[in-house]
Amino acid sequence: MPHSLSPVEFRVPPVCAVALETRAADLATRSLKKQAKLQGLRLAIAMMDLTTLEGMDSPGKVRQLCQKAMRPLPQRSDVPSCAAVCVYPDLVETAVEALRGSTVQVASVATGFPAGRTDRATKLREVQLAVAAGATEIDMVIDRGAFLSGRYGKVYDEICAVKEACGAAHLKVILETGELKTYDNIRRACRIALLAGGDFLKTSTGKVTPASTLPVVLLMLEAARDHYLETGRIVGVKAAGGIRTSKDALRYLVLVNETCGDLWMTPQWFRFGASSLLNDVLLQLEKDRTGRYQRPVDFSAD
Amino acid sequence: MAKNGEKQQATGTPELVFGGVWKYDPAPESTEHFTIAPRYELFVGGEWKAPKTGKYFATIDPATEKPLSEVALAGDKDVDAAVKAAQKAFPAWSKLSGEDRGRYLFRIARILLERAREFACLETLDNGKPIKETRDVDVPLAAQHFFYHAGWADKLDLLFPGQTPEPLGVIGQVIPWNFPLLMAAWKIAPALAAGNCVVLKPAETSPLTALRLCEVFQQAGLPAGVVNIITGDGKTGAALVRHPGLAKVAFTGSTEVGKEIQRAVAGRGIELTLELGGKAAHLVFEDAAIDQAVEGVVRGIFFNQGHVCCAGSRLLVQESVHDLFVQKLQRRMARIRVGNPMDKNTDMGAIHSAAQLARIRELVAAGVEGGANLHQSACELPKKGFWFPPSLFTEVAMSHRIAREEVFGPVLAVLTFRTPEEAVEKANNTSYGLSAGIWTDKGARILWLAERMKAGVVWNNTYNRFDAASPFGGYKESGFGREGGRQGLRAYVRLAGGLLPG
Repeated sequence: MPHSLSPVEFRVPPVCAVALETRAADLATRSLKKQAKLQGLRLAIAMMDLTTLEGMDSPGKVRQLCQKAMRPLPQRSDVPSCAAVCVYPDLVETAVEALRGSTVQVASVATGFPAGRTDRATKLREVQLAVAAGATEIDMVIDRGAFLSGRYGKVYDEICAVKEACGAAHLKVILETGELKTYDNIRRACRIALLAGGDFLKTSTGKVTPASTLPVVLLMLEAARDHYLETGRIVGVKAAGGIRTSKDALRYLVLVNETCGDLWMTPQWFRFGASSLLNDVLLQLEKDRTGRYQRPVDFSAD
Repeated sequence: MAKNGEKQQATGTPELVFGGVWKYDPAPESTEHFTIAPRYELFVGGEWKAPKTGKYFATIDPATEKPLSEVALAGDKDVDAAVKAAQKAFPAWSKLSGEDRGRYLFRIARILLERAREFACLETLDNGKPIKETRDVDVPLAAQHFFYHAGWADKLDLLFPGQTPEPLGVIGQVIPWNFPLLMAAWKIAPALAAGNCVVLKPAETSPLTALRLCEVFQQAGLPAGVVNIITGDGKTGAALVRHPGLAKVAFTGSTEVGKEIQRAVAGRGIELTLELGGKAAHLVFEDAAIDQAVEGVVRGIFFNQGHVCCAGSRLLVQESVHDLFVQKLQRRMARIRVGNPMDKNTDMGAIHSAAQLARIRELVAAGVEGGANLHQSACELPKKGFWFPPSLFTEVAMSHRIAREEVFGPVLAVLTFRTPEEAVEKANNTSYGLSAGIWTDKGARILWLAERMKAGVVWNNTYNRFDAASPFGGYKESGFGREGGRQGLRAYVRLAGGLLPG
């Protein structure tokens, strides 16, 4: 495990909120027609981490979700499968079983999700269990309490430790931007996660409002882009929480396309964390194919 | 995709790749909802009148060079008729209550918004600027100017306590081609709110939206002769500003023509406001929000193809961040989508005219010849029409023509500074003084700089933001007088002594 860095390493350029939001709003006006729209929607499905993170989750529910992730629209072969299914650690085994033989990854939240208010040994143990059960992606939460009290080294050390516990599994670092509040904080949290070796920057747990927003994701993409240009290492971005419509998804894709470019336009480096988004994307794809909107009941509720 | 990245990593410097995965389909705005007449007459005394010259000239779409329509060429007699029509309308209009004048202005603003899409399309076709800008900036701001001044029409006495504001009379107004509708609104709205009548001449190459605005005046029931719009060339403008029936001349355009107008107006005892050229300094300090400053600089110089009098055409960046900033700026410039102005995804449209394109080319050639380093984004430009790619010069000296003369195009000159004092000195080392921009995270430094900048408008951590309530105008060869806000209205009233309170 790397040693703690000196606080100066966590310095980041300031962020101007007004100009950042202006740029995000400007990109949100892009008009996507015809093929570009269809291609974007299919890509959005392929980038989706289909998620269920409820106290009432059960093996049955997870198996349903896995089916949906593998074949979102069984009658249409041109609709891709999702990138991953995201569950709590105790349901990883069920998901692994259900997804065997498919390309869909199993992601597990860990480290005392969503609040992260537990000791480090417990957090690491949770990661190890999830990895041992077959999770190939781990979504950790950062210690917001440590971050907001200025103990950046502690946040950094913990991400390093979790990364080590992940082994070969990909590590997504959830910043919970809705609790960090300012863009300056978010930019600094990105820096910490990037230095600590996170494979993905992720906006939110989905348990805090606001979750993902366009300006926040734009900022994270800029951080990932600059890190790549400095070090040559690509780090992905995952927009999670609050993304419900096809229009939203396309707007996020425009941010990726015009900020980071082609290298990130793949499920390997950009993800959507969502539960209700998929059916809206399917609704739009079917509308385009048939020329009319289908009834909501024509799509499976999982 | 990741393999691509790894390959690049192996071969050396990592670089971003764009445009190979997801291309946007064309998204052209429809033009079926409105028509352009084959010919437009002069709008005088509330009616369309054929010019006494019997002559017409074509106005074209700069993106395709196709003619859109032809408009009347007003001669001296037409100018005289227009001024007389305004003089005839003045007594009744100026005696109308402020409340009633405000009612007309509100009506104009509302109709303009109802017909916003049509105005945006027409402006884009006639001017070459992208539909994104006409839709989101030009038309909404034009309407805002009418709304704003409608609100003041019945409250003029509150603006000038203890004095009695009186209208001046007939105002001659000459406007440029870079914001045809918006400039018409800037000029007409305050003049009418204060009780004046107007003869306005739009630019020769972009007359269509001002002419369509006459339809809005008719629709709003504005009394005949309150606003008269005459089209023509430089001679028409010259005849208008020389007309003895005017009480004031308001001009927006080049410094060269501004000086001619000032000579023409001298000694006549009438009012004059001039809003002329600029060579704005855009300051970026090392502690600035760099990524957002890049956005601000892009907005500053590439907005409206750089055809903006307050364009941030001189970038002064602190030497310690120069290389990083220029690198980021060049990457960002490559993302600017240049092409069909009617496409909703176009960021930069066509250069307005062949003459302007020639002027831009001349100055860029002078920059290259002078030894500055030219960088242009590698975008594909349409074959027909007038086009110029987003361009920036590094290694620019303060003595270069590109650092001193107004290019009025998408060309940025990058200079450096070491200390705040040097930044101020260089920023003010120009014959112009219209606007300036400052990017720094330090509040105290913003105030220190703003006090010292010889510019009418200073934007802090933003650029090219306009509001009807905010006065706009310049120093030195950028002109005098303010437009917008309370200060703008002051230029359209005579202050009689009036009664002292109590």
